[in-house]
Amino acid sequence: MSVVSDLASAPLAETPAIGAPKLPDILAPVKPHGRVVGFCLRHPTIVIGGGILVIMILIAVLAPYLGTVDPTTLAPSKRTREPSALFWFGSDMLGRDIYSRVLFGTRVSLLVGFSVAFLASFIGLAIGLSAGFLRAADGVVMRVMDGLMSIPPILLAIALMALTRGSVGNVITAITIAEVPRVSRLVRGVVLSLREQPFIDGAVAAGTRVPMIILRHVVPNTLAPLTVQATYICASAMITEAILSFLGVGTPPIIPSWGNIMAEGRALWQVKFYIVLFPAIFLSLTVLAVNLLGDGLRDALDPRLAKKL
Amino acid sequence: MGGYVLRRILSTVPVMAVVALFVFSLLYIAPGDPAAIIAGDQATPADIERIRQSLGLERPFLVQFGDWVWRILHGDLGTSIFTSLPVTNLIAQRIEPTVSLMVVTLILSIGVAVPLGVAAAWKAGSLVDRLVMAFAVFGFSVPVFVIAYLLAYVFALELDWLPVQGYTPIARGFWPWLQNLILPSIALGAVYIALIARMTRATMLEVLQQDYIKTARAKGIGQGGILFIHALKNAAVPIVTVIGLGIAALIGGAVVTESVFVIPGLGRLTVDSILRRDYPVIQGLVLLFSFAYVLVNLCIDLIYTLLDPRIRY
Repeated sequence: MSVVSDLASAPLAETPAIGAPKLPDILAPVKPHGRVVGFCLRHPTIVIGGGILVIMILIAVLAPYLGTVDPTTLAPSKRTREPSALFWFGSDMLGRDIYSRVLFGTRVSLLVGFSVAFLASFIGLAIGLSAGFLRAADGVVMRVMDGLMSIPPILLAIALMALTRGSVGNVITAITIAEVPRVSRLVRGVVLSLREQPFIDGAVAAGTRVPMIILRHVVPNTLAPLTVQATYICASAMITEAILSFLGVGTPPIIPSWGNIMAEGRALWQVKFYIVLFPAIFLSLTVLAVNLLGDGLRDALDPRLAKKL
Repeated sequence: MGGYVLRRILSTVPVMAVVALFVFSLLYIAPGDPAAIIAGDQATPADIERIRQSLGLERPFLVQFGDWVWRILHGDLGTSIFTSLPVTNLIAQRIEPTVSLMVVTLILSIGVAVPLGVAAAWKAGSLVDRLVMAFAVFGFSVPVFVIAYLLAYVFALELDWLPVQGYTPIARGFWPWLQNLILPSIALGAVYIALIARMTRATMLEVLQQDYIKTARAKGIGQGGILFIHALKNAAVPIVTVIGLGIAALIGGAVVTESVFVIPGLGRLTVDSILRRDYPVIQGLVLLFSFAYVLVNLCIDLIYTLLDPRIRY
């Protein structure tokens, strides 16, 4: 169906309505879609994942205006209330409104997820490019990356957090360091296979300088796999942030984050399960959205990769 | 063959060296004085000086590193600051629950994931395939502690089928031991099952299109024989690879799972040590986990040659 709609929409979009060629009868029943609608129909996961993610971003930005109260306000007389009209998601053992805390927690998760995805991709791209182009650096850099990769990433992030005081910036740094080796390896692999391509030889023969080859011919070709990888990194960074906070070595407890709310509900989870439940739902939903978006982007941007996974 | 095995074993040396250097420098990467970090917030200058002396921190970095590696090679991981016990003793006390959890999770995950992946590839595009792939996406997205709490809430608190938390040593009987491990293994295994099932499906899809599968079918071999003998054996290498690489996720997940289910294993020890800033224990644990991970993947690389005689390096 998508192929047919492509064929049908292409001439329609470009020719004026009056002079439009009459379509053969066989195509007539198919209502041609515009480019946007057609794309959405071909990649439903991008629409669903992106849609949920946009809602989460809106929640993060508009958190103060969504019927929330100050998420740090203590009300000891109203502690551990079950979900009700007053406390939509209940209240925790210090009487803080969990609905407000969960909504404000969206900010931390998205901030950590997006920052780590961006930083890790950028640093990984730089390391991968230099390893792929500077043969002298390749051996050493990749051995270091191999070594870092053999430390399980969550453990690496936990160990790094043990060194510093808990802050959102330190959480982002720790998770970024844990994620960079995988990105570097991916970029290096792409660079090494690109180097063998005829168009690179062509650029060399035409007298293009190496920096220009990297910028014009190599980097654009790494962007598709890098974008896909960045979404997966974003998803795993949000999970890692929640784990770090849950274990008590991540975001400082004063800042509401989903991992912190779950950590606070830990002692009471057998009797007050809702404290753990609501941040868990938000976290899972957001990670699911990012993963769906990643799967959709992978299928759309890199069909060869899609077959492999 | 012998040459390959030797070269592959030697190739783990630089990797472990990088890990060791990283683990050792953890203290030095951190901003501030290592002795002050170890001493904690309430330390007096005298405490800090005492720690500096006992750790030999005044010597050059490389000398300290060499000394540290030398002692580790002799099985000495140092002494815990908090308990004053040798780190190796602490690890020995806590290793059984973690190994039990890992083994049960591995058996469960492989036992569930490979048949799921095979079924999905066999009936590609069917409802079964869609369900398996949907499950895989959920497995990747729902964090381990969320699954852990949901399972514990439903099966332990509401239905009361299994214990809520805790651990029973295997010495006290197989069933009590297993009972305590079922929920943690499912929680820990979810990501792993998703990973293996997805890889199994992808590789099987590729293998099932090969000519020798058509030949096998033409010879009249049954569907089961084709899937599990002809196809799965040829799809084994990527599947086994992902099983090995997934161990990293298992180790990270075990730290969390043990915290939720109150299992007194190495994961709990890791969290406790980090909250107490007990650096020698943290270093020992990171080193141990990484070494186990490297060792498993070394073994897997060596198993390849048995799985697929065409592989010769």
